[in-house]
Amino acid sequence: MRPGASNIVQFENVGLRYGSAIETLSDLSFDLAAGAFYFLTGPSGAGKSSLLRLIYLAQRPSRGLIRMFGEDVVTLPRARIPGFRRRIGTVFQDFRLIDHLSAYENIALPLRVNGVAEADIDTPVREMLEWVGLSGRAHAKPATLSGGEQQRVAIARAVIGRPEILVADEPTGNVDPDMAGRLLYLFEALNKLGTTIVVATHDLHLIPRVRNAQLIRLDKGRLAQPIGAAA
Amino acid sequence: MALFGRGSGNWLTSAAGRRILPEGWLSGPMPWVIAIMMFLMVLAAAAGLALGHAARGLDSHVYAQATIQIVDANQPRRDAVAERLVAMIAQQPGVASARRIADAEITELLRPWLGGGLADSDLPVPAMIDVVFEEGARDALPAVAARVKAIAPLARIDDHAQWLAPLSGLIGALRWLAMVLVLLMAAAAAFTVVLAARAALNTHQATIDVMHHLGSTDAQIAQLFQRRIATDALFGGLVGLLLASFVILAVGDRIAQVGSDLIGSVALPGFAWFVLALLPLAGTLLAMLAARLTIILALRKRL
Repeated sequence: MRPGASNIVQFENVGLRYGSAIETLSDLSFDLAAGAFYFLTGPSGAGKSSLLRLIYLAQRPSRGLIRMFGEDVVTLPRARIPGFRRRIGTVFQDFRLIDHLSAYENIALPLRVNGVAEADIDTPVREMLEWVGLSGRAHAKPATLSGGEQQRVAIARAVIGRPEILVADEPTGNVDPDMAGRLLYLFEALNKLGTTIVVATHDLHLIPRVRNAQLIRLDKGRLAQPIGAAA
Repeated sequence: MALFGRGSGNWLTSAAGRRILPEGWLSGPMPWVIAIMMFLMVLAAAAGLALGHAARGLDSHVYAQATIQIVDANQPRRDAVAERLVAMIAQQPGVASARRIADAEITELLRPWLGGGLADSDLPVPAMIDVVFEEGARDALPAVAARVKAIAPLARIDDHAQWLAPLSGLIGALRWLAMVLVLLMAAAAAFTVVLAARAALNTHQATIDVMHHLGSTDAQIAQLFQRRIATDALFGGLVGLLLASFVILAVGDRIAQVGSDLIGSVALPGFAWFVLALLPLAGTLLAMLAARLTIILALRKRL
């Protein structure tokens, strides 16, 4: 398959094995279109988190070819990986907030890593805090935030750098339905700005709430069915 | 859109950058370990510099001298030969001065062994000539010696370098020892920094993982650590220098009280203090380099 400009992620016969265990992911071949919205579903242990790890470049596959942004990332020199990661927003299942930094500083981190001037950081961070409903908790440390609040900080941190692709692992797992709807609305807004969204979720009720979303269904490390419209 | 604005700026050097690693300033034992090592390093360096100064003194003042003895029981003949030799030696190239040591001086020199009545006794005392060579002209000694032997075959020529050679060798060996000690201390300090950097990496593993996932480069992460380690190293280095300076001044005072020219020549020249003051800065640079290499090599093992 030749790389297409409209595909932001391309997997060809990708397999992932941890150590000498059997493959966690096998023979994955699919494309993710730039600007599309995907839900990644499947039972526990299907390999959703492993697939996301490959997409957010936490792992190289054991075999196969992965292209992102038109380049082979399997053989990508290590020195170029940070540049690619800055184009990817990630919401981790366990949030991975830095405990000793406030919510504000956690959200500002991607901008600082990316070299944004200090004078240009405050406004977007405060806007983002407002978006996720945490304006009054800007200076709270993660340990003093509830699980849902931590998750919203993690989402704000993932999207503030306006990534080209956002990868979210169970982003609504710790929030109430109302907040889940608001977060989906944020993802859709980001999607409309051109960001490709990949949301791994167990919550099948979320899927119909996003128009034109597509479904990636994994089972036992393989695609259970071709990627297609969710509805 | 302000929300997603981009620009430039080095946040690593800002207060926000410093908050990424939460440990307080001078936390842990590293600054104090560095202080102890710098204290020892400064003392070793000071010893090396002082010995170097003493060695140069030996070279320039004593090494370039010789003493000629004319032993002859016939005093008028002895004096005549001595006068001829002084006149001849003073004309030789490379000779700064040739001076006959007065009999009164010799009597004074021998007083501890022969008593004060030497001048009135018949004991034959050799005539002695002090020869001082020009700087860098000690090679003229063999030619001078040959001419002396031509006039006075029984004259004895004492090259001061011969009896100072063992002392000079000892000083040279001690200088090398001091230099080796300085290098060993520097290596020990560098290894301490390596251990501290590895420990810091383990302590801040979770933070580093997040930074990596957000797109931080190895250099950005290393910069966070190396600034902290540089601060600790500079503090430790300055404390070590200060303490060592007190010791050096106290030892110098004791040496001055001895009143010996030879021991007194083991002194720190002015420029040595400048060299010693540079050691904490050099130590800080070394610590930064060691920290940077350690962090970057460790990070390279990860994706």
